[in-house]
Amino acid sequence: MSAIHAETAPVLVQDGPSHWLVYTTGLVLALVLTGTSFWVANSSILWAPGIAIGLAVLAIAQMGIHLVFFLHMTSSPDNTNHALALAFGVLVVFMVVAGSLWIMRDLNEGMKMPAGQSMGSSMEMPMNMPMQH
Amino acid sequence: MNQATAIELRSLGHEAPVAEAAGHAVSKEIVVGYGFWIFLLSDIVMFAALFAAYAVLAHSTAGGFSGRDLFSQKSVAIETACLLFSSYTCGLMSLGVEARRQGAFYFGALVTFVLGAAFLGLELREFSDMIARGATPQSSAFLSSFFALVGCHGVHVAVGLVWLAVMVVQVAVKDFRASVVRRLQCFSLFWHALDIIWVALFSVVYLMGVAP
Repeated sequence: MSAIHAETAPVLVQDGPSHWLVYTTGLVLALVLTGTSFWVANSSILWAPGIAIGLAVLAIAQMGIHLVFFLHMTSSPDNTNHALALAFGVLVVFMVVAGSLWIMRDLNEGMKMPAGQSMGSSMEMPMNMPMQH
Repeated sequence: MNQATAIELRSLGHEAPVAEAAGHAVSKEIVVGYGFWIFLLSDIVMFAALFAAYAVLAHSTAGGFSGRDLFSQKSVAIETACLLFSSYTCGLMSLGVEARRQGAFYFGALVTFVLGAAFLGLELREFSDMIARGATPQSSAFLSSFFALVGCHGVHVAVGLVWLAVMVVQVAVKDFRASVVRRLQCFSLFWHALDIIWVALFSVVYLMGVAP
């Protein structure tokens, strides 16, 4: 019966108010970061090439806030398995996104047309030369 | 007791011997929560593939609409607020479940559902406006990847709304029995994860799309 009893027993009732505070803190922090993101995207006083990086940093910070305050990720021993799985997930996400961008950028560079040439790729230069005369 | 133990061991699958040896050291609540966590991470990996496709194709507009022509920041801001607040009320709802208070649960579920439905309604209106202007998924690689990514998130939200409605009915019929509470925990994990994906989505798609 012990397993059943453990399942049905109310958990963490005495921590009610502090849990409420955790969610509210998370909400306020998330709202601040979201507001900052929208401001960064629309303001013209920031250095334009840095805006994308700033937005990425704000987004990652907000995901961290959500993980800690809404999904209750902690560094406690109970959470080791969750944290390891999350770390692996983040690694796969990073490899898929960054790897795709890297490979596709490289391919696009390789396919780039030389200036002034409207057809064909740079690799076929000798074949295109007669057409220009 | 024998029946309950048998049910628990069967549903634990291959981990059953471990649980038996340790004398139920691993509660079902933890196993279910961890399994659902793994599912969420695999879902996020799938979204990563869609994000990668979008990031690669974002400028392949085929001479048609670009993100700057199409995205309305006001509507995105309202959608973001809806989803963020629904994540918050979902948290309050799970506090009501932990305290076994039906009133708090029903109220939290209602507000979460309304905010989620508002998000979905705004997104569908945005999609139909875009399609009415001729920006259909078929018209460019950018729009194909946009509709795939944002649409996939929208489908997840729709599934979450159906799930939430089912959970309300289950609580009404079965009360807070252990299996229902576990499903509610999984639901709140799912709903918070959707909000995390939306954070990446509005940053990458909408804000980077309109930023100078």
